[in-house]
Amino acid sequence: MAWRFKLAPDNTKIDFFRWQWLTFGGSLFLSVVAIVAWAVMGLNYGIDFKGGTTIRTESSVPVDVGDYREALQGLPLGDVSITEVFDPNFTDDQHVTMIRIAAEDEEQAVTPEQIAQVEEVLRAAIDPGMTFPSVETVGPKVSGELVYTSVLALAVTSVAIMVYMWLRFEWQFGVGAVLALLHDVIITIGIFAVFQIKFDLTIVAALLTILGYSINDTVVVFDRLRENLQKYKQMPLREVMNLSVNETLARTLMTALTTLIAVGAMLIFGGDVLRGFSLAIFLGVLFGTYSSVYVAKNIVLIIGLDRTEKAKKGGTPDEFANIDA
Amino acid sequence: MLNFPLWKQILTWAVVVGGLLLAVPNAYYARVEAHNDAAKAVEEAGFATTEQQAALDLWPDWMPSGIVNLGLDLRGGAHLLAEVQLEDVYKQRMDGWWPQVRDALRGVRDQVGSVRRQPAPLSYELRVQIENEAGMAAAVEAVRALGSSVVTLTGVGQTDIDVTAEGNVLIVRLSEPERTALDERTIQQSLEIIRTRVDAAGTREPTIQRQGADRILIQVPGIGSAGELKALIGTTAKLTFNPVVRRGTSEDRTPGAGNVSLPSMDEEGVWYTVEELPVVSGEDLTNAKGDFDQNGRPAVAFQFDVRGARAFGDYTAQNIGAPFAIVLDGKVISAPVIQSHIPGGSGIITGNFTVEEANRLAVLLSAGALPASMTFLEERTIGPELGQDSIDAGRVATLVAAGAVSLLMIASYGLFGIFAVVALAINMGLIFGVMSLIGGTLTLPGIAGLVLTIGMAVDANVLIYERIRDELRAGAKTAARAIELGFERALSAIVDANVTTLITAAVLFFLGAGPIRGFAVTLAIGIVTSVFTAVNVTRLIVTYWYNRRKPKTLVV
Repeated sequence: MAWRFKLAPDNTKIDFFRWQWLTFGGSLFLSVVAIVAWAVMGLNYGIDFKGGTTIRTESSVPVDVGDYREALQGLPLGDVSITEVFDPNFTDDQHVTMIRIAAEDEEQAVTPEQIAQVEEVLRAAIDPGMTFPSVETVGPKVSGELVYTSVLALAVTSVAIMVYMWLRFEWQFGVGAVLALLHDVIITIGIFAVFQIKFDLTIVAALLTILGYSINDTVVVFDRLRENLQKYKQMPLREVMNLSVNETLARTLMTALTTLIAVGAMLIFGGDVLRGFSLAIFLGVLFGTYSSVYVAKNIVLIIGLDRTEKAKKGGTPDEFANIDA
Repeated sequence: MLNFPLWKQILTWAVVVGGLLLAVPNAYYARVEAHNDAAKAVEEAGFATTEQQAALDLWPDWMPSGIVNLGLDLRGGAHLLAEVQLEDVYKQRMDGWWPQVRDALRGVRDQVGSVRRQPAPLSYELRVQIENEAGMAAAVEAVRALGSSVVTLTGVGQTDIDVTAEGNVLIVRLSEPERTALDERTIQQSLEIIRTRVDAAGTREPTIQRQGADRILIQVPGIGSAGELKALIGTTAKLTFNPVVRRGTSEDRTPGAGNVSLPSMDEEGVWYTVEELPVVSGEDLTNAKGDFDQNGRPAVAFQFDVRGARAFGDYTAQNIGAPFAIVLDGKVISAPVIQSHIPGGSGIITGNFTVEEANRLAVLLSAGALPASMTFLEERTIGPELGQDSIDAGRVATLVAAGAVSLLMIASYGLFGIFAVVALAINMGLIFGVMSLIGGTLTLPGIAGLVLTIGMAVDANVLIYERIRDELRAGAKTAARAIELGFERALSAIVDANVTTLITAAVLFFLGAGPIRGFAVTLAIGIVTSVFTAVNVTRLIVTYWYNRRKPKTLVV
């Protein structure tokens, strides 16, 4: 046998339920912590959800956030936050900040005159050659709708996945898969809350992508489980589950690694504009892999499966053999 | 012998070659873009200049020339989300109804007595107080007779106004179907006018779309800022020619019935009192263009249509020596004195214009006035440098991701890993091919989708290879049998796993906006092409390899 790089030995017989109190319990605990963090600390919403303006500044003068703040002090603006942006792609004399100005009240966004004022003041105080590569304003009316659409998108996706799983497997699988997905998404949101990372529309897209990835992972385990349930009709459910996870372990780890490598490249080299997006997907893939091994099937076990009816639904892998093979 | 039906082989080859051919133009982006621009210009003009011919020659005609559009976040430009103030039109409409209603009530004066217009809480409502409440029935009947029927999809017999009474107040409202029809017309007109204005500014591939009931999305690549775009499309550009009553140095608080006091555009502190009813208006213009007056100063030359020309000619003939005001959006551009009868229906507007301002005004005037004003809900400006930085960063990330994933695949599966890498490369090409074919737009999140696809695309290969290993371990009769079983049995997992991802992509597409939609499109295309390359292309390569080498034992 030629040498092969292996993430998992060939015939693993790990009991994935053995430390259930720690793994499954830990997941539950983390989910609760994430929800609490979300509720208590709140998310650092971007203008997509809160309304307001972001101005990206670029200057050859090194950034002192204090100077920027002082320069803008005198202007009649709402809540202003200034953050310096770092990225390995920047050249030595490229110093970038993001200035975020909250919408002053519920009705009015930041006016173009105010933006012009900000630009003028900064050029005068910091660097006459300063440029403003992007300026974005979102009115409070739109941002309210975006919140609604985002929540709707997450809900619709979850339900659609659950229905599909129900059609292709048993309903218990659908519930298990979707709860595992929510676990991934909630913990990711929790991390965004704890570290107060900017949460905007692209992060929602990332969360939806996590749903897509994580379900992919879970489905592969469930697919094997379905097959093994046919094969070993007398084996206890718990053992069939262990067997299935062990059999698919090599693939689960391999795919997680290739995806993490790709997203990691995006995180490091993909530029600062997409950093939050890449980070969310990176975290989601980590938790998604974990949850398809340690969370989804446990939920199915807890709900229980009626194995006498097993033959009716789903199907043998051969059912698909003629479609495209 | 490993079997792979001939027709499937041919189909796989056809898709791969066709897809890659469609992707090729993207490798020569600038040249193909120049070629396409020139081709479009030539088609419109009917002939080619030498410059255009040179651009045409940059890319052979027999090659596909579709390229992936770059989104605003990669190309740079301005994005606006505008809300059309439909209430403006309602209000104008009700103002238009008032004289008619008044005249109709005058006809039944003996029963209703005197009438007075009252302020209305709704914009599509007209409230009239009548003196004798007893005459209300007659009043309602008289006003109702003014309504005309509206044709709708739901049925006939509906009129454009609803007339009701509340005590001694007569209420006239625009009916529901009339409002719907009016909204539709207003939005369509606004879209048309915005399109004309943006096109006249000469930028490439602007997106002008209706969103929801009363919103318009405008994306213009290559324009300097959202402010600039707003100046172009946000101006109502309502032009009128009104008789001047008098000129003053402050706002006239008592302009008199039928008159209004308007400020001058250029002269500080000068106000004109003009008659509210214009002699002619911008709607009567057929053409306007930037020009120069006798003294060489920038001006706007215009041409009236037949009706406008007659009205203008008659008025100038009767009012020689009197001033008249040229009013744009409530401000007096200039108020020249009529020197002579102007019969031809053409003239020029002079003012303190720069050449650009004169040209812009000409564009605005020939496109026509917007039926209603707009408010802007979202404004985004992305500089072209930022877009280029993002493209560069995306390219680096893609290369690093592809390189690292390839190494890992080869280290894990040896020769079969190389097969997977070939399939991955073809997959990347196919994604660009399909995007070019459907005219898809690549956005920054779209690039992220592409990178993510690199990581996830090999998943199908991993599933198949792991399955082949399983079958070998389980003691498949021959190596060929193990390969066949591996491909067959992995398929149900591949299909289920990818359909669920496709569901999320679909939701993202239908609920997401702009850049996120771009992400959904690349993700969805990536899923379909990656299943195709992993299942069919890999199968094809494995079949060729196996049948040639006929290995006794199989190592995956």
